[in-house]
Amino acid sequence: MRYLPKSESDREVMLRQIGVKSIDDLFAAIPPEYRLKGDLKIPRAYAESEIVEFFRDCATGSAQGYATFLGAGAYSHYRPVVIDSLVSRGEFFTAYTPYQPEIAQGTLQSIFEFQSMICELTGMDVANASMYDGSTGAAEALMMAARLTGRHKSVVATSVHPEYREVIATYARYQGMPISTVAYGKNGRVDLDALEKGIDNETAGVLIQSPNFFGTIEDVAAIADLVHKKGALLIVSIAEAVSLGIVKPPVEADIVSMEAQSFGVPLGFGGPYCGVMATKDKFVRQMPGRLVGQTLDRNGKRGFVLTLSTREQHIRREKATSNICTNQALVALMCSIFMTVYGREGLKDLAKQNLAKAHYAAGEFKKAGATLLFDGAPRFNEFVILTKTDPYAINDKLLGQRIIGGFPLKKFYPDLGNASLWCCTETTAKASIDAAAKEVAL
Amino acid sequence: MNKKIRKATTHISQNEVLLFERSSAGKKAYELPPLDVPEVDPATLLGAQARQDLGHMPEVSEVEIIRHFTRLSTWNYAVDHGMYPLGSCTMKYNPRVNEVVARLTGLAEAHPYQPERISQGALRILKMLSEQLIEITGMDAITLQPAAGAHGELTGILLVRAYLESLGNPRKKVLIPDSAHGTNPATAAMAGYAVENLKSNAAGMVDIASLVAQVNEDVAALMLTNPNTLGVFEQEIHKIAEVLHAKGALLYMDGANMNALVGKTRPGDFGVDVMHLNLHKTFSTPHGGGGPGSGPVACKKILEPFLPSPVVVTKPDGTLGFDYNRPKSLGRVRMFYGNFGMHIRALAYIMANGPDGLRQTTEDAVLNANYIRKGLEGAYDLPYKTPTMHEVVFSDHIQSQKGIKTGDIAKRLIDYGFHPYTVSFPLVVHGAIMIEPTESESKESCDMFVEAMKDIAEEVEEHPEFVLEAPHNTRISRLDETMAARKPILRWKPQSEAAGK
Ligand SMILES: Cc1ncc(COP(=O)(O)O)c(C=O)c1O
Repeated sequence: MRYLPKSESDREVMLRQIGVKSIDDLFAAIPPEYRLKGDLKIPRAYAESEIVEFFRDCATGSAQGYATFLGAGAYSHYRPVVIDSLVSRGEFFTAYTPYQPEIAQGTLQSIFEFQSMICELTGMDVANASMYDGSTGAAEALMMAARLTGRHKSVVATSVHPEYREVIATYARYQGMPISTVAYGKNGRVDLDALEKGIDNETAGVLIQSPNFFGTIEDVAAIADLVHKKGALLIVSIAEAVSLGIVKPPVEADIVSMEAQSFGVPLGFGGPYCGVMATKDKFVRQMPGRLVGQTLDRNGKRGFVLTLSTREQHIRREKATSNICTNQALVALMCSIFMTVYGREGLKDLAKQNLAKAHYAAGEFKKAGATLLFDGAPRFNEFVILTKTDPYAINDKLLGQRIIGGFPLKKFYPDLGNASLWCCTETTAKASIDAAAKEVAL
Repeated sequence: MNKKIRKATTHISQNEVLLFERSSAGKKAYELPPLDVPEVDPATLLGAQARQDLGHMPEVSEVEIIRHFTRLSTWNYAVDHGMYPLGSCTMKYNPRVNEVVARLTGLAEAHPYQPERISQGALRILKMLSEQLIEITGMDAITLQPAAGAHGELTGILLVRAYLESLGNPRKKVLIPDSAHGTNPATAAMAGYAVENLKSNAAGMVDIASLVAQVNEDVAALMLTNPNTLGVFEQEIHKIAEVLHAKGALLYMDGANMNALVGKTRPGDFGVDVMHLNLHKTFSTPHGGGGPGSGPVACKKILEPFLPSPVVVTKPDGTLGFDYNRPKSLGRVRMFYGNFGMHIRALAYIMANGPDGLRQTTEDAVLNANYIRKGLEGAYDLPYKTPTMHEVVFSDHIQSQKGIKTGDIAKRLIDYGFHPYTVSFPLVVHGAIMIEPTESESKESCDMFVEAMKDIAEEVEEHPEFVLEAPHNTRISRLDETMAARKPILRWKPQSEAAGK
């Protein structure tokens, strides 16, 4: 009970002061038949050293020492050490939502900076303080489009991350929001003819991802044109945030829904990550999530506060734009620090290395005999290959060399057969690429 | 001799500018390793999709980054500084070992799609945490996928919906007491239900007669917080469950206040069908300036088939894996498996406590709240005299006679070195002062808090204007929130652009 700052005699004095005989008197409101008689059946208290030992044991044999070609919505980028040294400051990680701005300016100013940098990178006017992740953010963006247009249908590209699409289906089901899909063409991009046919005058929002799940960069401008002609809104989801260092931002979109995990957030077996939503000024009042704004104090000094909260659940209850309350603030801070470390030039250099590695790998895999799918459109750091051998068998062989191979696509796209999705980042060594190329040949 | 003395009015660390204002071309804080593959030309590879420049992204050096964020951090108040009695939020101590184990390489660098064969340790953590939370809540099954409390609520209500649908009728309404947190009604709406308000009785509890009158075949569930947001245990909880069950409706429990119950009683035993937990409240995962959280949802057997996919299972060969083949599942509520980093921390917390520690924690949390209640009775109005569990709700009724509101008292409390309590929630108490000390406060800090609150009550009598102007000892004074909302400035812009608008 090392976390409890009381002695037995403290407790006795306090009970006496309250005027009760025993602690159980304070639990008298709980009907006796529901009071636990014995101990919870959980293990005894562990010493700190035992806890560390237990988790070390869990960590052994997992991830450490493996090279990886996995991307598919979670990316392995180097995390500058200043990130953890700063977010480990108790002033940041043991505070909560900045409801009292006079003693929360650290959190507030850093969120304002986060919002500003996300705007710079995405080309949007305004960004929120974070959403849970890219998948829930995408679902909420579609709901936002429905509120903005007064229409109810959505169109989602099948080249959007399949797990995002599953989450969207869950959220949309009871919003009275039918969802139709639009397929990808031979080059992996959204099929524009199909899209044109897929949108009608009841379509509120169209969701695409770029780079999409196959790593292909969409022609956002052309898609936006088509979507806007039909009076619908375009939502662009970005799962690989580092792409923004070198890929044109989706300025033609109405809403950008991003997963910022790539910006210095540990892979962490899938979470916590950092969703964020950005949009045009004119749409801000329908945006979900917290927003930080600039203002002045009584002496005219610049300061920051949570603002436009009449959109939110604590004010609007069932009429709120979303039920989100707790968000991903500390993860957003990690992203801010990452964006600052690399900055204006570094994000470009970093993205360029990703591009070069993936380009080299795709070339080597092709030389080795694998077929490169969707080769007709630009890509960022992921690409799809088709192999004669089952990709799971290829991956089994690579795992023996402590290399985690690409993501077999048949799990989500059975018709793509033996295709698999490979990702290279700045952390992927040429030697690993060359070793993998030998196996994909078979 | 008239030597001019130059002295800064405040320390420079108190005037840290925005990152963008620190930036100048050519400064940098990174160095990439040499590229071991041939260089590429983005314009050739990306064509029209190549980006030309990154606008006004900052350019600063590493030391400036460290100073910038360190300075900002010192402008925050946090649990590490002192008492943070923000009611309903359970601002308890965040153990350091949790942070260490969550950052172990094998866990922090595990890719969600890496083969199960090398994910056994991570799967073991998910399984153990699931089992222990099931035991703690007295429920039968659980999902760890939801990312926060509100997300758990949505998952839980969708579970109810999927279950009722399987019986042929999802029903139309969800009942929510007037004392409920805003996320409850917002959640019900997202799950496609109409919200019907349920009035509390004079004791601050669900009024059974109103409940009986309102529950019918259109009601899918009641969303109940227990102890409720007044810190009051719903004594007739079993009766409530019976009334609902008799009409085929389910009992949802918002578990935000589990810190009052762990080790003392179990929702599964007192009739709850489905509930969420906030690992960032009850189980010590840090609040992080607003998140991340984690909101596991525990349920009874009847709801298990509908849980989000995937679930962790033991496979025939004895290893652990994910089961995606769940035909009745409500679907997914988040990609991957939830906020795993928070799962690690919560498990470490449970392990550090064991059954005795968890029980003692709950007892101390309730002891502290009652001790503070006793100390402040008389000085502040206590609208509900019903016994208090882990938090107590006073009102500003006495002080408002002098024109001082709960928000003003909160600001003055800052000068005394405390984080304020929760202001103006729950809505059923006009001018609410919602205090949740948690178990992490010693007798001495509770005493100091009581003394501070009493001093403020006296100040209200003698110098109300002094309280109105608080805080006095902070870097900045009260901020103009009206101006922030009326002319929103939501991002930094270069001066030329900002002026042009
Ligand atoms: C009673 C109650 N219910 C629900 C929530 C929502 O939880 P979260 O912020 O984790 O989404 C909160 C806390 O903020 C709460 O106090």
